[in-house]
Amino acid sequence: MKIVVTVKLVPDPNAVRRIDPATKRLVRAGVETALNPFDEYAIEAALQLKERLGAETTVTIFTMAPESMKESLRKALAMGADDAVMLSDPALEGSDVSVTSYAMAQALKKTGFDLILSGALSDDGNTGGVPGALAEYLGVPGLTNVRKIEEIGDGRIKAQRETDSGYQVVSGPLPALVTVTMAVGEPRYASLKGIMGAKKKTISTLSAADCGIDRLVGSDGAKMEVVSIAAPKAREKARVVEAEDGAAGAQAILDFLRERKLV
Amino acid sequence: MAPYQAPLRDMQFVLRELAGLDEISKLPGFEEAAGVADPVLEEAASFAAGVLDPINQSGDKEGCTWRDGVVSTPKGFREAYAQFARAGWIGLAVPPEHGGQGLPALLSGATLEMWNAANVGFANGPLLNQGAIEAIELTGSDDQKKQFIPKLVSGEWTGTMCLTEPQAGSDLAQVRTKAVLDGDRYRISGQKIFITFGEHDMAANIIHLVLARLPDAPQGTKGISMFIVPKFLIGPGGELGERNDVQCAGIEHKLGLNANPTCTLNYGEHGGATGYLIGKPNEGLKNMFIMMNAARFSVGVQGLAIADRAYQSALRYAKERVQSRDIASRSPEPRPIIEHPDVRRMLMTMKAQLEAMRALAYVTAASLDLSAKHPDAAVRQANRAFLELMIPVVKGWCTETAVEICSTALQVFGGIGYVEETGIAQQYRDVRITTIYEGTTGIQALDLVGRKIAQDMGATAKTVISQMRKDAEGPIGPDLAKALASLSETSDWIGMTAMGDLHAAVACSVPYLRLWGITAGGWQMARAAKIAQEKIAAGDAEAEFYKAKLATAKFYAAHILSQTASLAREVIDGSADVMTLSQAQFDLDRKGAIA
Repeated sequence: MKIVVTVKLVPDPNAVRRIDPATKRLVRAGVETALNPFDEYAIEAALQLKERLGAETTVTIFTMAPESMKESLRKALAMGADDAVMLSDPALEGSDVSVTSYAMAQALKKTGFDLILSGALSDDGNTGGVPGALAEYLGVPGLTNVRKIEEIGDGRIKAQRETDSGYQVVSGPLPALVTVTMAVGEPRYASLKGIMGAKKKTISTLSAADCGIDRLVGSDGAKMEVVSIAAPKAREKARVVEAEDGAAGAQAILDFLRERKLV
Repeated sequence: MAPYQAPLRDMQFVLRELAGLDEISKLPGFEEAAGVADPVLEEAASFAAGVLDPINQSGDKEGCTWRDGVVSTPKGFREAYAQFARAGWIGLAVPPEHGGQGLPALLSGATLEMWNAANVGFANGPLLNQGAIEAIELTGSDDQKKQFIPKLVSGEWTGTMCLTEPQAGSDLAQVRTKAVLDGDRYRISGQKIFITFGEHDMAANIIHLVLARLPDAPQGTKGISMFIVPKFLIGPGGELGERNDVQCAGIEHKLGLNANPTCTLNYGEHGGATGYLIGKPNEGLKNMFIMMNAARFSVGVQGLAIADRAYQSALRYAKERVQSRDIASRSPEPRPIIEHPDVRRMLMTMKAQLEAMRALAYVTAASLDLSAKHPDAAVRQANRAFLELMIPVVKGWCTETAVEICSTALQVFGGIGYVEETGIAQQYRDVRITTIYEGTTGIQALDLVGRKIAQDMGATAKTVISQMRKDAEGPIGPDLAKALASLSETSDWIGMTAMGDLHAAVACSVPYLRLWGITAGGWQMARAAKIAQEKIAAGDAEAEFYKAKLATAKFYAAHILSQTASLAREVIDGSADVMTLSQAQFDLDRKGAIA
């Protein structure tokens, strides 16, 4: 079985984020690049499947990113993925959800897959739109918010989808695309051997032309435009209640909640 | 307690720009290290923060328990150890032929700092494995290597070092544990105390390396042999067999390091524990000392690590804690205490000392790699000599300074620092052992003066001093030059005095060791300052980092390096006063004590 995990390379989630008002994009200069934390769960799910299904299953990491970010994929390889493929082309810069999904679909048709695993959303863009659009472009079923893959094989997949009140069991034909939740399990730490081995694993690159991308892509092809950006309203200073005793304090809190119609 | 964040940027600066990691990665045998340093450090940092740190405070609080010879480690330690072993961290610097990754000691030193900062109680375990691996590798037979090393590298088994006995602490010549030949093995009997991880529930077997005497052994240190004594005997197919005759009689209740058990081990209460001689008879202590070098270096790094952790906590607290107005402002508004000059001075003192300690420790680790792998025999020899000289300095100076730093960090917290909840009290307690075990500071100072300097009549010390003099340039070059003058003057005085009055010559060997540490740390800060100045001038993208480095080096020069002048006076003018009083005179201040 060929599993492809789509990952996004995002600015270090622990670093301070700034938006360039001119381009309305996140400033990447001077910030380290990291795997999108949500995608690490997808990698974990893929590696669990590989352990379950045996040696004939391969895990390929796929990303659309500038080639200069290549080394940031080593972590996924150190965790245990077999190889990685990058779709890198200057023409793709500024792509929105729609164009990104189209371009990724073209590349993934080329690499081939039985199962695509994705994180639910990205830490930087936060749209959560790509997996659904990608499934659409690929013409495969999209199973979202999966917390557990119960069965896989013989051309089908059966999985548990998280809902607000519990979970659903759904199944569909392969190939398919699955987005996972954090319930699949904490992403594993890379072993020292894994880190040492990762530098010898292949990271290959595809250009837009390699994948037969013939539509307008990048910012020219984007259907969405960021009109304006604004920082969220700063939180008001907390009100500290000082009271004579516990009962008076409780009364003050109750009055406050009543005033706000919260109780 | 604030979560641990490894100081990766400073580590990378020291590794690359001061300790020469890139050159070391080119040495034959270290080719694999090229390109993996950053991912190794990053993964170690996240492992330390994600797995070891969360059980640090809980492990201290819960401690270990002993019941009928069985020791349980705190909640989560077994699982963390299994994860640590599975990830292969124990074998980082072990040669590939023994199942390790063969990476440089320099890189191993940086990971060691992270393990110990995140959880020193835990980190002592894998450290002992490394010691046992090294001992068996250096002195074991081929069969012994095959039998024990792979399991110690994989972490399936752990190791111990059984040296101390009730009457044999710093003075191992007093070891009384007996070993009697019985067929193809020995019967070991006696008692060992203060054995870290001597008994625990984290691994299937424990391999004790035991110092003992053969019946016909000469008195003193030249009559001690080393034996391998496994907790469970090993069958012909490598399977675990019978329980050996070694029992844990109890564990200590300590000031710190509560998460690891310090055991009393009784050997041979039922006829003699089965032991296997390792190395030649009567050469046990000599062999143990070979690996003691590595262990002493590691304890120096432990000090650095715990102190860095304490500093991180203090820094965070100083930014959060709001108290008192700005002394230079009219506003009555209370400010974060980091804005107050005295708090800032404490933070700067800790930061400057830590950066100097890290630099000196890593440069010393690099000399271990160069002494082992450099193609030129002369370079190997020079690095070996430097390493030997620096081991007691790194051990003694880093740990003593670490104790001061943890105390200062607690001071930053004020009253709440004295309360266990903040966690800073734990570092203050944990760090205290580092100046004691693997040889007290006094022992390190004697090793420096009596062995490392005296053995070649000060030749290596002179070479190192002249090397440091060459680097006395850049922004704090003149300060380093002054410190070197104090160091030279004091070294000459000790050399001269030793010929006449040995007591006077060693009476201030600890301040002398401190003088070495502060000066050698200042040497690295001078190199760092010069590099930083060049980077700033070249418009480096990380100018802010280098400006901070430069300012910290200047602070070090004025506040720390300046102490060398008074240390020189303390040694030269003060040594004669140390032994003046008679023992009876010590009692004269208490009336009743007068006989």
